[in-house]
Amino acid sequence: MAINQCELRPMGKSIHRKEDPRFIRGQGRYVDDIVLPNMLHMSIVRSPYAHARIKSINTDAAYQVPGVKLIITGEDLAKLKLAWIPTMAGDVQMVLAVGKVLYQYQEVAAVVAETRAAAVDAAQLVEVEYEALPVVVDPFRAIQPDAPVLRDDREKKSNHIWHWEAGDREKTEEIFKDAPVVVSQDVRFQRVHPSPLEPCGCIADYNKGTGKLTWYVTSQAPHAHRTVLAMVSGLPEHKIHVISPDVGGGFGNKVPVYPGYVCAIVASLQLGQPVKWIETRTENIASTGFARDYHMKAEIAADENGKVLALRVKTLADHGAFDAAADPTKFPAGLFSIVTGSYDFQQAFVEVDGVYTNKAPGGVAYRCSFRVTEAAYLIERTMDVLARKLNMDPADLRLRNFIKKEQFPYQSPTGWTYDSGDYEQTFKLALEKIGYQELRKEQAEKRARGELMGIGISTFTEVVGAGPSHSFDIMGIKMFDSAEIRVHPTGKVIARLGVRHQGQGHETTFAQIIAEELGLTTDDVLVEEGDTDTAPYGLGTYASRSTPTAGGAAALCARRIREKAKKIAAHLLEVGEEDVAWNGEAFQVKGLPSRKVTMGEVALAAYTNLPEGMEPGLEATYYYDPPNLTFPHGAYIAVVDIDKGTGAVKVRRFLAVDDCGNVINPMIVEGQVHGGLTEGFAIAFMQDIPFDEDGNCLAPNWMDYLVPTALDSPHWETDRTVTPSPHHPIGAKGVGESPNVGSPAAFVNAVVDALAPFGVEHIDMPIFPWKVWEILRKSGVTE
Amino acid sequence: MQIRVTVNGRVYESDVEPRTLLVYYLREHLRLTGAHVGCDTTTCGACTVLLNGKAVKSCTVLAVQANGQEILTVEGLERDGELHPLQKAFWEEHALQCGYCTPGMIMTACELLERNPLPTEEEVRKGISGNVCRCTGYVNIVKAIQSAGRVLAAQKMDPHNQSEVVPSGN
Repeated sequence: MAINQCELRPMGKSIHRKEDPRFIRGQGRYVDDIVLPNMLHMSIVRSPYAHARIKSINTDAAYQVPGVKLIITGEDLAKLKLAWIPTMAGDVQMVLAVGKVLYQYQEVAAVVAETRAAAVDAAQLVEVEYEALPVVVDPFRAIQPDAPVLRDDREKKSNHIWHWEAGDREKTEEIFKDAPVVVSQDVRFQRVHPSPLEPCGCIADYNKGTGKLTWYVTSQAPHAHRTVLAMVSGLPEHKIHVISPDVGGGFGNKVPVYPGYVCAIVASLQLGQPVKWIETRTENIASTGFARDYHMKAEIAADENGKVLALRVKTLADHGAFDAAADPTKFPAGLFSIVTGSYDFQQAFVEVDGVYTNKAPGGVAYRCSFRVTEAAYLIERTMDVLARKLNMDPADLRLRNFIKKEQFPYQSPTGWTYDSGDYEQTFKLALEKIGYQELRKEQAEKRARGELMGIGISTFTEVVGAGPSHSFDIMGIKMFDSAEIRVHPTGKVIARLGVRHQGQGHETTFAQIIAEELGLTTDDVLVEEGDTDTAPYGLGTYASRSTPTAGGAAALCARRIREKAKKIAAHLLEVGEEDVAWNGEAFQVKGLPSRKVTMGEVALAAYTNLPEGMEPGLEATYYYDPPNLTFPHGAYIAVVDIDKGTGAVKVRRFLAVDDCGNVINPMIVEGQVHGGLTEGFAIAFMQDIPFDEDGNCLAPNWMDYLVPTALDSPHWETDRTVTPSPHHPIGAKGVGESPNVGSPAAFVNAVVDALAPFGVEHIDMPIFPWKVWEILRKSGVTE
Repeated sequence: MQIRVTVNGRVYESDVEPRTLLVYYLREHLRLTGAHVGCDTTTCGACTVLLNGKAVKSCTVLAVQANGQEILTVEGLERDGELHPLQKAFWEEHALQCGYCTPGMIMTACELLERNPLPTEEEVRKGISGNVCRCTGYVNIVKAIQSAGRVLAAQKMDPHNQSEVVPSGN
């Protein structure tokens, strides 16, 4: 059933999604749905200790389980030089533990058997003898000179990984020295995990006859994974076929290459049979890429009127046992230096130190463009601290300090060139729409009655779309992206891109871009992603980069098709090319709108009736290297009520006004905003992965790591302004992550605002009811 | 163990290991892969199916417990090539993104609307609180369920009324 896909000029319309018909019928094809002949199953033995020497591994009993085919240990991998693999962050990580384990749930052995159950049964019978070692959980302890050195494989005998800085230290210090007002705030962004509903998993299928490895994997970056695999394994890249089938959510979790993947591939290479590995939820949370875990300190220097002057930030980044962060290689702290946000600081200095602890590795960009969430949260939180210090309304403080519309392109003190924005317009729309002045009046009345109500603001700027290849690469591979379009004789199109969607709706939105450029309907355009044998090379979908990079490639690729099509149209119309014009739906003779040919007619001619000497066919490929990143922004306002008896926070209203430039599909943009806000809400109030002093992970499942249900989640209100990106081919900026980046500060600012009468200046996330209740109890509000 | 189960109106006789979970029986024996596995702790509801009309998390039911019972999965909702009103409404209201939670969410909603044909927003939110969606933020899922409820209620009042929820577009 085709619905609403038969319209020309689909750009900017809420076309219903082309991918939905299979999902609503239960016909999605996720990696665990795939069954291959003679397929084996793998289960992983994991460490119960956070830091321990491995004294012995005994697999005898496990091998007795019927159906067991192979058990792999770190020693086995060492013989293949695969016990360690490089990480994207320039570190190395263990695939299976060799000598010792460095975090709880670390991979120690892999068991391959004929059935899923046999593999699990046998894994439980692998006997590992450990000798416990001292555990380092606290990153501040890790950098003390007498702390046990965790990574004895490194030359550098310390837990310090790297130091990174941006901005001008001296000029910033000078401003701080004489500043009339200085505020300082310690802010923790807790360890969280993206936890997509579908955990990670793969099937490795090595065919000894062809020498080809087909690897089905739930991947956000299949091409990058193929290249990494070729580099690590020595298999020739053209004989590795990566297929990322339907992906059940990613949010950054499915960017890295995980140890289980390497084990499944090694097992298939050895056995010549397909090997499936699907992790459990516990394995997902406790061992695959976590996010955040930043211990930050921000200081703002300002004048007495609330004009900000300089920003100074010092951060300790807890990376766990290996630095497996998924950042562009030259950016160990990602794009964290966007921390000056929407405000016109004269100077800024930002420094980050990465450290090792006995925790699972990661540092992935969880619905975030590489540490931008940490940055946005820090500056938006600290602006509220400054407002409090100056006794100013936080809205007024922001309006006083916004980068003005006429300052774009704006050069930030940490080196970014913001492309466009109109912060005042967006914020004023939000203030008006939520009725800010009335809410403040209501709050004053409620305070007088002893009721707790808070209003929180976040007016953030994001930086997405990595990126220009002069700065951004992953292990040397430039972060461009690509599109290939084939127009078939009957005017129907297959388009393939180097990115890989996980729910963002590319099959619809990229069809809209291409249909718009070619005068077709979205029904005419089939978008395919995720197959490295057919799609052009690209770096994948994360960091809101798909529309800024592959979306640009799709538009420019279609325009390249149109250039050739115009020549064919001139031939069909029997006029010179200079007399042909594109009217948005067809080629026409200039001044004679009735003499026209459609793209469908041109397509047929490209295979049947070409101008003399022209190469047949109507296809093009475009590799797009964007000239700059894009800078979406937004103004979010949260209104909360707090129950004095329980400390529970109710988000009564939340308004998100986003500006992501030109919009391809408003329905999909709104859906992205709803989803991102819900994850931001979860981070502010629920999601946290704590550890005890022995390094035990205290939230390794969804009973303890709280993900929001429909009952927890607020109702979201949305609106938008449009400030097109001046350099993007269709003026779009990307939106998937803005709501997750911008919202945590709005929630926390609202709760702190509600509790301000008790002298509260900051509360670290997640704001569980007990934290609020303790504050109320100490303040004598509740017993 | 031998079991005999009716799934989507079809009778299956199978030999299963006693510990086989219903979700793996459906997925791996019958190759009905609409029910998904997302958590291990009966939290996420991605595996929800109807067992004798009641929504159950099929990761927490043994296949042998389904012996002699009737099961409806998302694959059994379409009738004569016509989508179920819930399937149409999820499409129309953009109530799914990655699609992984969708079959379970639709089956839970199916039972909810059977019990409470015209639920309020609050009732829908409570009714689906055993199903996790990580993508949509639930707003559009709630809308879709309420919209399908109205269509089903209209159909019940007038059995000849086969009016469709056709997405209206822009």
